[in-house]
Amino acid sequence: MEVLKMITIGIDIGAKNIKVVILKDNKIIAKSNVLAGFEVTKSAQEAIDKALKKVGLTKKDLDKTISTGTGEKLAPFYDDTKSIVGCDSLAAVFLHPQTRTVIDVGAEEGRGMRCDETGKILDFEVNEKCAAGAGAFTEAMSRALEVPLEEFGALSLKATEEIPMNAQCTVFAESEVVTMVHNKVSKANMAKAVHDAMASRISSMVRKIGFNKDVALVGGVAKNVGFVDSLNKDLGLELFVPKDPEYVGALGAALAAAGWKGGK
Amino acid sequence: MAEKPEYWRWTESRWTNPDIDWKGKVITSGIDVGSVSSQAVILADGELYAYSNMRTGSDSPDSAMKAINWAMEKTGLTLKDISYTVGTGYGRVNVPFSQRAITEIACHARGGNFMYGPTVRTILDMGGQDCKAIHCDERGKVTNFLMNDKCAAGTGRGMEVFADLLGVSINEVGDLSFDIDEEPKPVSSTCVVYAKTEATGLLREGWPKNKVLAAYCSAMAHRIMTLLERIGVEEDFAITGGISKNKGVVKRLEKEVGIKIMETSKYDPQIAGALGAALFAKALFDKGKK
Repeated sequence: MEVLKMITIGIDIGAKNIKVVILKDNKIIAKSNVLAGFEVTKSAQEAIDKALKKVGLTKKDLDKTISTGTGEKLAPFYDDTKSIVGCDSLAAVFLHPQTRTVIDVGAEEGRGMRCDETGKILDFEVNEKCAAGAGAFTEAMSRALEVPLEEFGALSLKATEEIPMNAQCTVFAESEVVTMVHNKVSKANMAKAVHDAMASRISSMVRKIGFNKDVALVGGVAKNVGFVDSLNKDLGLELFVPKDPEYVGALGAALAAAGWKGGK
Repeated sequence: MAEKPEYWRWTESRWTNPDIDWKGKVITSGIDVGSVSSQAVILADGELYAYSNMRTGSDSPDSAMKAINWAMEKTGLTLKDISYTVGTGYGRVNVPFSQRAITEIACHARGGNFMYGPTVRTILDMGGQDCKAIHCDERGKVTNFLMNDKCAAGTGRGMEVFADLLGVSINEVGDLSFDIDEEPKPVSSTCVVYAKTEATGLLREGWPKNKVLAAYCSAMAHRIMTLLERIGVEEDFAITGGISKNKGVVKRLEKEVGIKIMETSKYDPQIAGALGAALFAKALFDKGKK
């Protein structure tokens, strides 16, 4: 693989978090994650400064900056922007060369994409309209069940029973969960019901574009082991989940800034 | 610590017709157990005699009992006096004293026909957790319908979330939404969860509460419009259900549709389903006697 003597930075401005990755010679040398909040540009600057500080660099050392994500235009500076689906697939191919399908589930969006060996997008599908197919859903449900989000996934692996969830809407699901509590359904079984419901929504989106056996799951929700398990079962395969899946978009942006191309 | 006020709490209602003496008449009733509200309607010889409209509890049979008991309050009526009861709504199979269950679509058309007269061709029922557009003929028979019960956007539940977020009583949302300098752009997010985030952002930008309410009312009107566009609106056009009491949504919807919406019934517009059920009960009772 060609080694690039360049320092680049990728900024992924998501609905909830801003992720930054600094890349040098094809290696991640620093990353940071900051809540977007209401002053997004300020938070992005903060995320960039944090990452730069970790490796003792300044803005002047950066050869190229690419911004991506829902709020890509809100970055304090950038040379270029690149679509989040493009960044996701590029980084997924970088991390796991055989990847041809990528699923990205973030806080407020779900995306499915097919790509070639260079990470070029062939087809994609996005849901940004409905919280039921995004991290906001599990977040709302963990709140309703009073289980910390970090424990919610692991809890669902302890489920003993499969309980279908009728509600398709996050708001209605909140009431349904209350009814389940009244009916003495265990929290583990409810957690599984939540993750199964969300997995079925994501899988129907992915089925629209089609998928092969090499599917990568990225985005913050990929850290939720309960959701990963439900989606594995729904799709009937073993998803590739990279370490630090929430940084994949930012990594893709940094790779694109360095001119990296897969398939070599 | 003081309990948080319940901004979503709408006014429950009951009514008895003072001009009717039920004794010696055939009493039939209709019970509509919805996801958010429950209604009981009592007819005496097919005439509207009494009704109640209250919040649904966690238990459907219990909500049905509470509704009928409240409707019968101070009338001297007991369950034994009721010859026939039809249940409708989402909890229709759980009405313990009913003889039949009929879908709310059929009941709304029938009840809407009674409330608004035989000229009604389109009834829009804006409920707590769903929204239905119904076409019917001059006898109140359903000819076509379309329904959203999958998504909270465009339902009463969405409005409750907003009332709560803004700390405004749901009964006042409509009036307050017109107390603005100029009509804002509608909230752009479809999903209630995202609309809530968007509204929080607008408040932070310094938007007054009423302006945010206006933006949400028109977003809801727009959302309902997309449902109506798919089925079409034929005149006369009437609205039932809890949201029909919210002028903020109704007036904006009327503007979007471009068709006059009939004046809201003098009876509580939430009783349409139960009223239709009670009318079916009367017809079924008469049929059984023959």
